[in-house]
Amino acid sequence: MTNHWIDIKNTDCALIMGSNAAEHHPICFKWVLKAKEERGAKIVHVDPKFSRTSARSDFHVPLRSGTDIPFLGGMIKYIIEKKKYFKEYVTEYTNASFIVNKKFAFKNGLFSGFNAKEKKYDKSSWKFDLDGKGVPKKDKTLKDSRCVFQLLKKHYDRYDLNKVSSITGVPKKEILRVYELFAATGSPKKAGTIMYALGWTQHTVGVQNIRASAIIQLLLGNIGIAGGGINALRGEPNVQGSTDHCILYHILPGYLGLPRANWPKLDDYLKANTPVSNDPASANWWQHKPKYMVSLLKGWFGDAATKENGFGYDWLPKGDKGGDYSYLWLFDKMYKGKIKGGSIWATNPAQSVPNSNKVRKAMENLDWLSMAEIHHNETTDFWHRPGADPKKIKTEVFLLPSCHRVEKEGSVSNSGRWLLWHHKATPPQGKSKSMGEIIVEIMNKVRSLYREQSGVFAEPILNLDWPNYYNAENMAKKINGYYTAGPKKGQQVPSFGALKDDGSTVCLNWLYAGSYTEEAGNKAKRRDYTQTPMQAKIGLYPKFSWNWPVNRRILYNRLSVDKNGRPWDPARTVIKWNGTKWEGDVPDGGWPPLATGKGRYPFIMRKEGHGQLFGPGRAEGPFPEHYEPIETPVKKHPFSKQLNNPCAKIMDSDADMRAKPADPRYPIVLTTYSLTEHWCGGGETRNVPWLLEAEPQLYVEMSPELAKEKGIKNGEVVAVESARGRVEAVAMVTIRIRPFKILGKTVHEIGMPFFAGWTTPGVGDATNRLCIAAGDPNTTIPEFKACCVNIKKATSITELA
Amino acid sequence: MSKAFFIDTSRCTACRGCQVACKEWHELPATKTRQRGTHQNPVDLNPYTYKLVRFREHKVNDTVKWNFFPDQCRHCLEAPCKDVADNYVKGAVVRDEETGAIIYTELTKQLPNKAFEEMRSDCPYDIPRRHDGTGLIVKCDMCIDRVSNGLLPMCVKTCPSGAMNFGARKEMLNMANKRLAVLKREYPKAQLVDEDDVNVIYLITEKPEFYHDFVLAQGFGAITRKAALAKLVSPVKAQLRPLQNLFA
Repeated sequence: MTNHWIDIKNTDCALIMGSNAAEHHPICFKWVLKAKEERGAKIVHVDPKFSRTSARSDFHVPLRSGTDIPFLGGMIKYIIEKKKYFKEYVTEYTNASFIVNKKFAFKNGLFSGFNAKEKKYDKSSWKFDLDGKGVPKKDKTLKDSRCVFQLLKKHYDRYDLNKVSSITGVPKKEILRVYELFAATGSPKKAGTIMYALGWTQHTVGVQNIRASAIIQLLLGNIGIAGGGINALRGEPNVQGSTDHCILYHILPGYLGLPRANWPKLDDYLKANTPVSNDPASANWWQHKPKYMVSLLKGWFGDAATKENGFGYDWLPKGDKGGDYSYLWLFDKMYKGKIKGGSIWATNPAQSVPNSNKVRKAMENLDWLSMAEIHHNETTDFWHRPGADPKKIKTEVFLLPSCHRVEKEGSVSNSGRWLLWHHKATPPQGKSKSMGEIIVEIMNKVRSLYREQSGVFAEPILNLDWPNYYNAENMAKKINGYYTAGPKKGQQVPSFGALKDDGSTVCLNWLYAGSYTEEAGNKAKRRDYTQTPMQAKIGLYPKFSWNWPVNRRILYNRLSVDKNGRPWDPARTVIKWNGTKWEGDVPDGGWPPLATGKGRYPFIMRKEGHGQLFGPGRAEGPFPEHYEPIETPVKKHPFSKQLNNPCAKIMDSDADMRAKPADPRYPIVLTTYSLTEHWCGGGETRNVPWLLEAEPQLYVEMSPELAKEKGIKNGEVVAVESARGRVEAVAMVTIRIRPFKILGKTVHEIGMPFFAGWTTPGVGDATNRLCIAAGDPNTTIPEFKACCVNIKKATSITELA
Repeated sequence: MSKAFFIDTSRCTACRGCQVACKEWHELPATKTRQRGTHQNPVDLNPYTYKLVRFREHKVNDTVKWNFFPDQCRHCLEAPCKDVADNYVKGAVVRDEETGAIIYTELTKQLPNKAFEEMRSDCPYDIPRRHDGTGLIVKCDMCIDRVSNGLLPMCVKTCPSGAMNFGARKEMLNMANKRLAVLKREYPKAQLVDEDDVNVIYLITEKPEFYHDFVLAQGFGAITRKAALAKLVSPVKAQLRPLQNLFA
């Protein structure tokens, strides 16, 4: 989230899209309801099905899965045409005025530079024209036909109401109702928030869905203000904290890029990854990356990290240039017999990864597998799953008993980036241990084996600065970082401002520097409600827990003021300049306001310091463009001849069968989701009897119209089939699902939760056996939210028996 | 001063935190359930479920309405179940003077089945349930153990959205009336349910039957005040019950 949970109460309009907020983030709805009750805020839910979120919203607008960009693109057109944008904000704070290189073009659904063979773009034309000093040329009248604003206008001019309605299935009246309400927040004294989650990300256009929302929020001046922002609702599994600490393959902790083989030395890496700006008014914060990277390496390799060995960079494994190590490819490689063994901890891919039949088969190719879990699940027990013969499966599985999270202490970062400490409530049962303890112990054993017997390339293992035992408090200290030399040697660093690139500081994650300091200790434990009257007005509690970065509660908050440091909306002041210093939240850098001539542009993390209406960093284009899901009920769409995302990552093994566009065998759109009562794949909650009592079996939600067409009655067991698998589910026939009218034809959509798994008897088995292994080109997140299926009454029932 | 709940269904997101927390606090086991084409599970209140979130959906002018009703004992000011029980075994059903909670005690085991049937049929909200084995009659106890120790009832403590509220009756009535006045503007059918007769005051925004069959008292006044009359009425109600269950 750019903002935080409490801040939602400050909004005038919440657009909940690509999220079922009330069901998946129940606490957040307390603040949504507060906004509604106390400010008269409008709550709008745009989502394929009417859910518990819709029930508490002012109104619900159903749209076909995978058509968010047409809906949002139409809104961009509306905002520009009706002049609803916040002119001063757009001109001064976004790259609307930047002049784009004349070679940049868009034609037939493709941007300039497409290489069809490699499914990749040569992005050399996606750049700005620079002046003599190397700074982007600007036209602040926004009239130059090559300026970003005019290109944006031209791009979305095609997204007219008729086309948007025909492809999304939303009646024009409903589309306009949303556009009018949300566009009204373009006034400087209005705030609109966008709340999204996996309903936007889990598409082959996932990243561009969010880009489209960023464009809208930048046009409306909704970033950086109280009650505004783009709020990715991050979940209970510590999604925020684990991403910050690099659960994903493409980054190191603190969003530092993955070392690659084409950067063999630290200097190569730093040169390639550290942006340079020629504009003195741009803070270009990533210029400090070398300090963060060296402090991280120093944390990993301790005294062994020296300038000569690149502080241990030489020992790090390097990804291939452009190599994608996401789990879709991992299981693809495993399926093809290229992976022999490994560890799968705290995740249940035999249930939660799309095309799970392939995943289950792939695991049979492993010689060994180690897992850490609190319960048996579909992955730990894949070797005796229904239909498999354990005698024929060679894999040796080690199941390490991990304890429950209430049986250990540690930190969780919530969706608003607050670092919160949780204490151990009860000791671990039996011989179970925390995963931290397990990994420290295993690694110490590996290290002693290397010490005793030596081995190939032992340096990375033996040179690690590794603890003898796991201690969460010590980890938290090291994540914050400390000095390794000088007069403060051994002391905690006060913030990332103190980090150095010469090896004199350690920090395991620069974003968290400042969370555990000499004077205040572990700030994740703070529960102090103290606030100033100004902070009280917007529900900002600066001393409750700690917020990355540097305790800043609302990101990009310099956008909430004009160039003189005066808040656009004094009733919702986030920060203000009092003539000598900033008051309120921790500002994005302490420089004085821009008008003083000593200020910096507000987007301090961007090289040019401006919000990116034109975003040249993405794989498939600087402007979001509509592409259908890989499996789609239509053969064409009204925006171009390019049906699917040209850069989508699509698995192509013999187990990755696909429906053709508008395939008559699979005419129904399937979307999948979570539900309140089960946590993610249900591996834990299916073992909580009361939750299983409330949601006992896999179901499929469908419209009465479709049920009638198929002769299916409410409560009957049906078989849902895709090109990849068959899943049994109980029919939930409900008026909450409606058929769509797409390009003049009726298209049915059905929805299924994904919590079921065969290890809990009678519950059903993985919905993901139906889903397609196709990923977004930027993140490789799979397209869980849209594929094509058929349904019929089940003739034999085995999974729900 | 007696205590009361104010249950604002306009704020309920049907997360079922209350349902689960109630079972957890009272150490009630889960029952075996099946997916029957609705989220509502268990099907109904039962000896192991004192609090149940009911789901009902309707279409009005092509707009979907999905209503949630966190159902529980209303702790009547004059409880018909207590009137019935008193005729059989004194002390089987008692009122806690401090809170106004209607409490079923161990002595309910001694009540003949006839008495239980009368209790259930006389309950305007169809709340009491009986254990087959022990014969204990059970329902929401207002978390009397928690409340008498200064804690909130578990369902209120758990509620994330402000739907469940608990406090002095006067304070709850005040809160309910204020909220009703606000909601009336948008929902002309909004009403408080039997607020003069019960200590669990629901606020609903649609017609009662859009939530559940037993939202409003079924012929409340006459029955509460005259247990004798209740006996006359109950056989009729008992016959009606199977019909009502068809819609549950």
